[in-house]
Amino acid sequence: MTSIWTRMMETMKGIMLNRMPGMITCMEFEEFLIDYMEGELPAGQRRVFELHIKVCRECRDYMAAYKRTIEVSGRAFEDQTAAVPAEVPEDLVQAILEARRS
Amino acid sequence: MTRHQDDDEGALVAALRAGEAAAYEKLVRGYGPRLLATARRILRDAALAEDCLQETFLKAFDKIDGFEGRSALGTWLHSILVNQSLMKLRKNKRERHEQIDDLMPQFDSNACRIEAPWSYLATPDELLERDQTRALVQSKIDQLPESYRIVLQLRDIEEFDTETVAAMLDITPGAAKVRLHRARAALKVLLEPLLRGEGPL
Repeated sequence: MTSIWTRMMETMKGIMLNRMPGMITCMEFEEFLIDYMEGELPAGQRRVFELHIKVCRECRDYMAAYKRTIEVSGRAFEDQTAAVPAEVPEDLVQAILEARRS
Repeated sequence: MTRHQDDDEGALVAALRAGEAAAYEKLVRGYGPRLLATARRILRDAALAEDCLQETFLKAFDKIDGFEGRSALGTWLHSILVNQSLMKLRKNKRERHEQIDDLMPQFDSNACRIEAPWSYLATPDELLERDQTRALVQSKIDQLPESYRIVLQLRDIEEFDTETVAAMLDITPGAAKVRLHRARAALKVLLEPLLRGEGPL
């Protein structure tokens, strides 16, 4: 059950992010995230984005898990990447070249 | 790409256009392995991947006159391969996918994020030392709807840049970014038990 104290803190946070100059809401943070990750946020927006990370525990945690997801998915295929065949099976090469001639 | 590679590639394209048999063979042997690996990762089926590779080269032989050299030859071949793979996936409809909307981040009425605290976040090394992790992560990626999975696959696994991914799929870079972001956000939710160290998914 959410305590009165927690609810009050949440309300305060909502007011701060929605009203204070130089702040963005978590929803706006979400919209900026992909451009931030791609290194495409202009300097001003990047500062606002990074300030939000400092003040918002939820977005900080979210972004850490989001980045970890990218790392883990990139490595999930390492076994198959390592198994990239040095060459295409010979019968397949011949079948492709054969099909072209026919 | 170096100047030397550019020259090599230009010479190869010219030889293909001239119909030189040796050039076709060089193309297949040179670009085939990486294309085959990509097809295997997208299709998860060795036989389908081989069919796809064959179709890709036949299409490429056929269309080589239309290759304008705006992208590298390898990227152009990958575009053909990705589109052939997508057609195969549509034909071989696989298991039901998750609804992407159910996996999107949650916000309260103040536009504040709802996110349970992450007191523990497993590292890739911790996770991947267990043999079954890769298969688990791959199966979670498979649960993403196809149009999202393909963008994540090309960007985060094949590591093409977003512009190239957009060109391959014939969508705008903006649309590619939206799909990429949603795919990552959804996958994060699917991987949460694993990343939180809460045992098998």
